[in-house]
Amino acid sequence: MTKEIEKAGITIVQMANLLPVAKTVGSNRIVPTISIPYPLGDPATPVEEQHKLRKHRVGVALDALATPIKEQTVFPV
Amino acid sequence: MKKAICYINQFFGQIGGEDKADYEPVIHDKLVGPAMAFQQALGEDVKVTHTIVCGDNFMGSNTEEGIETILGFLKDKQFDLFFAGPAFRAGRYGVACGHICKAVQDTFGVTAITSMNEENPGVEMFRKEMYVFEGGASAAAMKKDVPAMVNFAKKILNGEALKPAAEEGYFGRGIRRQIWLDPPVAAPDRVMDMLLKKVKGEPYQTELPIPKADRVPIAEAIPADELAKAEVALVTSGGIVPVGNPDRIQSASATKWGKYDVSALEKLKGGEFFTIHAGYDPAAANEDPNRTVPLDVMREYQKEGKIGGVYKYFYATVGTGTTQAEAARMGREIAEELKKDGIKAAILTST
Repeated sequence: MTKEIEKAGITIVQMANLLPVAKTVGSNRIVPTISIPYPLGDPATPVEEQHKLRKHRVGVALDALATPIKEQTVFPV
Repeated sequence: MKKAICYINQFFGQIGGEDKADYEPVIHDKLVGPAMAFQQALGEDVKVTHTIVCGDNFMGSNTEEGIETILGFLKDKQFDLFFAGPAFRAGRYGVACGHICKAVQDTFGVTAITSMNEENPGVEMFRKEMYVFEGGASAAAMKKDVPAMVNFAKKILNGEALKPAAEEGYFGRGIRRQIWLDPPVAAPDRVMDMLLKKVKGEPYQTELPIPKADRVPIAEAIPADELAKAEVALVTSGGIVPVGNPDRIQSASATKWGKYDVSALEKLKGGEFFTIHAGYDPAAANEDPNRTVPLDVMREYQKEGKIGGVYKYFYATVGTGTTQAEAARMGREIAEELKKDGIKAAILTST
């Protein structure tokens, strides 16, 4: 899906836990998430911490949209 | 007597479904689940001595730890074959099988064999590293997939001549081997035969298939000052939809997607939105859907001026068991909608 949306000329970042899959499928901008059932907020942690993590990672994703890249890139979080 | 060890996931290990997908690896000195099918197919010459069971999410999120633990289990075991799966179309299971087969092969030099459906992302990731047999779409294919792996394994143990990948039934590994044709036909004759067939429009098989890499051109970055004025769309394969699932999107092998108006919302509330994804434990996403579709923090970035806004709809489908062809079609349809509304940026969260 990411690839087809990018093919249409829309700049897209995939936030994914299974990085090898995202890389193999061919997403160009990738930001890691923390798990499959809760990509952006571990329910075992306090609400503030979940929010902080989510805000940070989505911020990285937005910065990724604004970052020119020459090859597939996993943005560090 | 030759020995084999099997690797299976929490579901086939009879531990449980998605709620047990975090299950840490364990080793049993007996046959569990599909290991029985392997033993039956192997017959009396090879004994399956152990079954390793590990949760798919555990392997997905703690890959190194999972591999290390399992290699630890195997260190003092004697075995001649390692089987993982079959994983059918289960993506995380397929990837886990690939990781562990590669580690076992590299560490112990033992032949590792797995099986997946062609739609499983594990195929492209690992086909070059090991024998990945072409398996069915679901567990209904177990009766066919296990003997295919076993028959090939026996040929290796017996030192029999192996045929090309397509004939043996595994995905080509990109390895070329010289063979003598029987009866012998010289290359110029073969190439002329091929050319004549091509001219006549008849089917022919190239002797040098070139695998095609499917990459898309990288979309241009959106400068920060433009992003500050742009609406960003949220898309997910995590199955977040309004409670009740109004578009009746399938919980697995989805062919439908939905779009949901969030223009009046500050965040996605549990009880109003939930996940219909059958491929992971829904508890965390149901309690707080922003964990999967982060509308709450997107609104904060909007207020802070980092983005111009959040596109009025978010788009959702389910990415488990969904074929690549269907996913591509849905991606194209969603892209068309976004383009029509002039949207230039998107975040896709996958699970």
